[in-house]
Amino acid sequence: MKRIYNAIAIIGSPFTTFILHLGRITNLFFQILLSLAYPFKNFSLIIKEIHFSGVRSIVIIAVSGWFVGMVLGLQGYNTLERFGSVSMLGSVVALSLLRELGPVLSAILFASRAGSGMTAEIGLMKATEQIDAMSVMAVDPIKRIIAPKFIGGIIAVPILSLLFNTAGIWGGYFVGVTLLHLDRGTFWSQMQSSVQFHGDVMNGLIKSFIFGIAVTLIAVYQGFIAKPSALGVSLATTNTVVSSALTVLALDFILTALMF
Amino acid sequence: MKRIALDFFVGVFVLIGIICIAFLSLRVAGISNFSGNTSGTYTLYASFNNIGSLKIDAPVKVSGFIVGRVTNIQLNPKTYQAQIALNIGKNYKFSTDSSAQILTTGLLGEQYVGLQSGADSQYLANDGKISITSSAMVLEDLISKFMTNINTK
Repeated sequence: MKRIYNAIAIIGSPFTTFILHLGRITNLFFQILLSLAYPFKNFSLIIKEIHFSGVRSIVIIAVSGWFVGMVLGLQGYNTLERFGSVSMLGSVVALSLLRELGPVLSAILFASRAGSGMTAEIGLMKATEQIDAMSVMAVDPIKRIIAPKFIGGIIAVPILSLLFNTAGIWGGYFVGVTLLHLDRGTFWSQMQSSVQFHGDVMNGLIKSFIFGIAVTLIAVYQGFIAKPSALGVSLATTNTVVSSALTVLALDFILTALMF
Repeated sequence: MKRIALDFFVGVFVLIGIICIAFLSLRVAGISNFSGNTSGTYTLYASFNNIGSLKIDAPVKVSGFIVGRVTNIQLNPKTYQAQIALNIGKNYKFSTDSSAQILTTGLLGEQYVGLQSGADSQYLANDGKISITSSAMVLEDLISKFMTNINTK
């Protein structure tokens, strides 16, 4: 009897721990919101965080965007050629990037590069008891460490998403016009007639902003609750990347359903 | 890293973001092409028996050139005709015997309103009504006409 009881408890525990984490992360989110005033007084903290998470991710985001755009150009050309609508290649590349691929991929890449870095940093500070030392000195670790990282993240992610989109569209241009000899004017004018600023560009930007909040929040949370050991920090880093990826994809579905 | 170098790189980062959004709005979304008429717009009304799949914000074209947008589509409850409101740039004037037609871009593309100016010396003012209208082509009517023609032959 007890074994059946234990078995059912094991099945149910992931769900209860998930809801537990959801509650704790919301708690952390509100604590961060309450301490947002402090980092804006010491702007250098935010600048350092934007540099750490945003500036250092420029290379990976731009190169990935370039390659994704090129792949879109190739695959789009292959399919559209069958219907004789190769002139629509500009629209295909621009719309797929602006609406979906740009925000989602740049958020996931940010999570794997900068998010895991944030988690590792906070986790290591916790493991070496720096966070406890801070609270003993009456410096709120949330105000000093976590809120600047959060603000840095939500500023960096939309800018990186824009960079991804731009690099992608130029990659598509490179493949379509330079390599596959499509007409340059048709490429841009078809794109301009099918892309709407408010419908597509702004919605993509709003999506990337929401993804930025989600990814940064998960990264700092995982660092904050990491077990203070080497194994704990590595598990936390892995969790950041996995949870961020899943959350971004789930939010993407919800936001697409709401916006489009 | 030195404080100044940090600020510089973050500044470059934000500058890249601004350049990207400028590129996306001008080159990709073509905002400058949209610029609503600088001299303002006025409204004209037209009633149709069938507007087909005309939507709000559909273009109003004269000889293929966009002069305005459709802003409102309503049903006249007495005559059961569809009444649409057209927002036209102030520098385009149409005579009182102008005609409006609902045309399709390409063969099965989206529909727009085509205007043709008439010969009258008087021009339509704001809230004027275009009296000569021609409804949209409904594919099913054409096909049934074609079928009856085939059968009678």
